[in-house]
This record gives sequence, structure tokens and C-alpha cells, in this order.
Amino acid sequence: MGSLKIENVKKAFGPVEVLKGIDLQVTDGEFVVFVGPSGCGKSTLLRVIAGLEDSTSGRVLIDGADVSVTPPAKRGIAMVFQTYALYPHLTVKNNMALGLKQAGTPAAEIERRIKVASVMLSLEPYLERRPAELSGGQRQRVAIGRAVVREPKLFLFDEPLSNLDAALRVNTRLEIAQLHRRLKATMIYVTHDQVEAMTLADKIVVLNAGRIEQIGSPMELYNSPANEFVAGFIGSPKMNFIDGARLGETAKTIGVRPEHLSVDTKSGAWKGTVVHAEHLGADTNLYLDCEKAGLITVRIFGVYNAEPGSTLYATPDAAKTYRFGGDGKVLK
Amino acid sequence: MSLATRSLPRTIGAHAILLTYTAIALFPVILVIMNSFKSRAGIFGAPLTPPTPKTFDLIGYTTVFGQGDFIHYFQDSLVVTVASLFFVLLFGAMAGFALSEYRFRGNTMMGLYLALGIMIPIRLGTVAILQLMVASGLVNTLTALILVYTAQGLPLAIFILSEFMKQVSDDLKNAGRIDGLSEYTIFFRLVLPLVRPSMATVAVFTMIPIWNDLWFPLILAPSEETKTVTLGAQLFLGQFVTNWNAILAALSLAILPVLILYVIFSRQLIRGITSGAVK
Repeated sequence: MGSLKIENVKKAFGPVEVLKGIDLQVTDGEFVVFVGPSGCGKSTLLRVIAGLEDSTSGRVLIDGADVSVTPPAKRGIAMVFQTYALYPHLTVKNNMALGLKQAGTPAAEIERRIKVASVMLSLEPYLERRPAELSGGQRQRVAIGRAVVREPKLFLFDEPLSNLDAALRVNTRLEIAQLHRRLKATMIYVTHDQVEAMTLADKIVVLNAGRIEQIGSPMELYNSPANEFVAGFIGSPKMNFIDGARLGETAKTIGVRPEHLSVDTKSGAWKGTVVHAEHLGADTNLYLDCEKAGLITVRIFGVYNAEPGSTLYATPDAAKTYRFGGDGKVLK
Repeated sequence: MSLATRSLPRTIGAHAILLTYTAIALFPVILVIMNSFKSRAGIFGAPLTPPTPKTFDLIGYTTVFGQGDFIHYFQDSLVVTVASLFFVLLFGAMAGFALSEYRFRGNTMMGLYLALGIMIPIRLGTVAILQLMVASGLVNTLTALILVYTAQGLPLAIFILSEFMKQVSDDLKNAGRIDGLSEYTIFFRLVLPLVRPSMATVAVFTMIPIWNDLWFPLILAPSEETKTVTLGAQLFLGQFVTNWNAILAALSLAILPVLILYVIFSRQLIRGITSGAVK
């Protein structure tokens, strides 16, 4: 219960095409993350799935049924918003109950579902409070609770962690992951944060400028990106891209991740000067200005002392170097 | 204000300016109220002094309540003001919601068209309005006044309210849609409570010109049954003799209802600001 199929969905606002033909299949129980830079159309796609926006063309099928003209409330979905979007005049309990009341669910059943959800999200002490009396993290849990009680076929999350501070973000991320394991429900999650995407997803959909760049598991995307965009978007710090011609290569661009470069003070492939060093404790990011490769980032595990201005040699791991053609695609 | 940001000369300066302004604004009102409690000789002998035991006289108030049907005039004014206010707020908010929430062809043009009324005074159309009211048999009815005042108040109301409606979180409205609320429920239950402060502002701006208007009651509804307070007060303005006691008393009384309405709205305004709903 809870599969989704999107067939050639296009969306245009006037002359601006935001989605340029999206095809996607989500199977029951999958956690799918839409990730991409701002303006890539990921939120619009989610809104089309929710029925809050009409697609210009194409079809959306939930459990095999075409829902293109079904109102949002009848699609069997629940959505969690970035700004929580709780009803300010209702208590936590009534916030969760409203959707069920509208659907005509019996009172005893509403009561039971709220009980289950509030235990699951440890919201019991707050049931009679109003949103204004809750902290940001609690509000987002209420918003998640409001989605859980609906027992939807599809959970939709629209950047739910963006308004939380860093510590809370990690906690809530964990809770969402646990929620998915416990409910075994299909979830679609939109974010611009690739760390959230990597940690939560069964399947990541990378979007850029209204198109799907690649679909795959987090490790597939990390290990074998289809093109330059995905390679640059997944992984932090970002992959180094070096002009192929400068290295005397036939490929247009050479890509190598900062963690796949090793440094040595005496010899190596690329000679460079240290521009800046970031010490994070667990690892060290070095910015090197190389004669051949230009400005590159090197990530070294553990502590590494390098003074700005000193000379270092960087050597890429040949097995983990990517070669991109003129069209940005990976050359096999 | 913290001690660090406070400076004595600046505080004195600010208070001096504000007090001066208050004095200037209140002076005519106080003058009217003061003189309404004085005898005719008292008013003309020493207009700027407060009533003394010698000049104190309630003749103005007894004339107002004795002559003419002032309670009735008050009732007319109140009915017209409250009804017009209700329609201005209702239709203004609905139009503002439509303009800010829905994408439809001609949205911007419609917004401009509705705002046009801010720049063109409705009184320019008096002759046409009168002909319209005569043709539809609405002359000398309060309905005529309510219709005209609703039209007069709407442009500014739509202009202000649509701006405020734009600030209401889209997520909240969408959450309502996913929970199966109708567009009307979303408008009345979610959006309206959040724009309450701006509704109060619009109410105050709309109410005062309607209450004080003399023009349209004089032209559209001058009959005894439909006279408003401002028109009723004209009773005491004669070509040769003017009953100043009665006029001042009538004006003093006319301040009261509008003051009460203002207090109600301004409390809404403050409550709206302090309750801070979204986020």
C-alpha cells in the first residue's frame, strides 16, 4: 500500500518551465529523497504529487490510480512542511485530529490514533497546549504527528528540518529514520541538504533545472555518479574538477574527491602551495593552489599540520578518479 | 529602553514633541465638550474657559433630547456605520484573499482596477449615484447609504488586506487543504484570525469617514426616518440664528459611539500583534 508512479510530468508557470518531464517510480515502503539546488523544481514536484499544484501535463498515479484530478485531501497523503504550518488556534491534540474529523473518522478511532502517535513522538505532555507554547523541535514533532495519525499511503516531507538548529536537526533526522522503520510507510522527502539525503534515503533522486539527473541509492550516487552535476552535488567537501587539457588528458574534465587525494611533502603528481587549512579534529581540509590542477581541496583523515604558504604534493587515487566528457557525462 | 540607550535630553525632546501634538489634536475636541456644558452667554463671553458654576448649563443637552428625535438619529448612524463596516471588511478580505492567493488571468489588472477607487473620490459620482438610487427606489433608505459607503470603503480595504494576506504562510493554507478544509474554512478559520490586526486598522480607517459624513445622508437620505447624527445636528444651524448649545451638545454626543467602536478595534489590534501566531 503506497506506491507512486509519475509519468512525464511537466509544470510551467507562464513561460517558465519548472519541471521538464519527470518520470519516476516509487515502490511500497521506500524512502525516497528529492535533492537538488534551490530552484531545481523539487518542491514543485512534491506539490504536484500532493495535488497542491496542477501539472501542466503528465500523470501522477498513487497505488495505480490516476490522481491528477483528485483533491489533496482524498489522495491518501500527509505532508510535513518546513514552517510546521500548525493551526495556531488549535491545541496539539486538535491539530492532529482536524484532518480525521474532516474525513468523518469515528471519535474513538481518532482518540486511539492520537494516543499511538503521541506516544511514538513523546508528545503526551503537550496535547492540550497550543503551538505558540511549544519549541521549534516540539512543533515539528506535532507536524509529523499530524501526518502519522492520518495513516497515509504516502508521507511527503518538504524540507522539514530546515527551520531547526543543528543539534535538533540531527535528532529529528534520527526520529524520521526510526519512524520510517517502524511504520514501513512510503516516504518522499525533499531537501537541499545532501547529508540528509545520504543518511535517510533508500533511493535518492537528484534534480537539476527541472530534470532528473540520476536516481540511485546513496552509495551508487557516491561511487558512480552519472555526470558532473551529480558528482559535484553528492559528497562534502565538493569533488575537485580539473580541466582535462591542463593535465594533458583527453577527457574534458577530471574529477577527484577531496578524500581520494593523498599529500606528501616531498613528491607527488601535483605540486602546490597551501592556501588555507581547516582543522575539524576528525579530519583536516587543505586548500592547495597547484601549478597543474589549480585550486583543489584535499581531505585528510585525522590531524595534519600544514602551514599556509608551505609546499605540498597531492596525488589522486587513480582508481577513484572520474573522467567527464564535453557533455558532462561520465566517460567509461 | 535600556539605560545604555537612554539619554535625558532626547527623552525630554521626544516627550515635548508628543505632548505638543497631543495638545493640538485634542484642543478642538476639548473645546467642543467644554462649551457644550455652558450657557449661551458663557460660550460667547469666554469660549476658552471651562464651565464655572455661573456659566454651567445643560440647556444644550435638554434641547437635543427634547427637540428632534436624536436617539433615532444615533440609531441610524450606528446601523449605517456598522453595516457598511461589516460589508467592507467581509468583501474587502475576500477580494484580498482571492487576489493574493489565486493565480488567474487578469489578477494584476483586477487588483489595479479595485485599487482605482482610492484615487478617485466617490463624491464625483454623486449625480449618477442619486439617479441610480432614484431609479431603484432606494432614496431615503439606509440601504442606499450602506451601499454607497461599502463602495467607498472597499478600495482601500482590498489594497491593504491583500498585502497582508500575502504574508500569511502558504504552508498553513496548504496544510488545511491536505486536511480537507474547504477554501471558505481556510479563509475564515485560518487566514482571517491571522490578519486580524490589519482588519482592525482597516476598520478604523473606514469607520470614521462614514460616521462623520454629511454629504450622502443629505443627498440620498434626508428624510426624518433616515437622518443620521451629523445631518440631525444641522437642525440647529439656522440661516439667521444658530443654536450653538445644541450643536455642541450633539457633536459631543456624536463622539461617544465612534470612540467606543475605536476602543474595541484598537484592543483587537493590540491583541493581534501580541499573540504572534505562525512560527
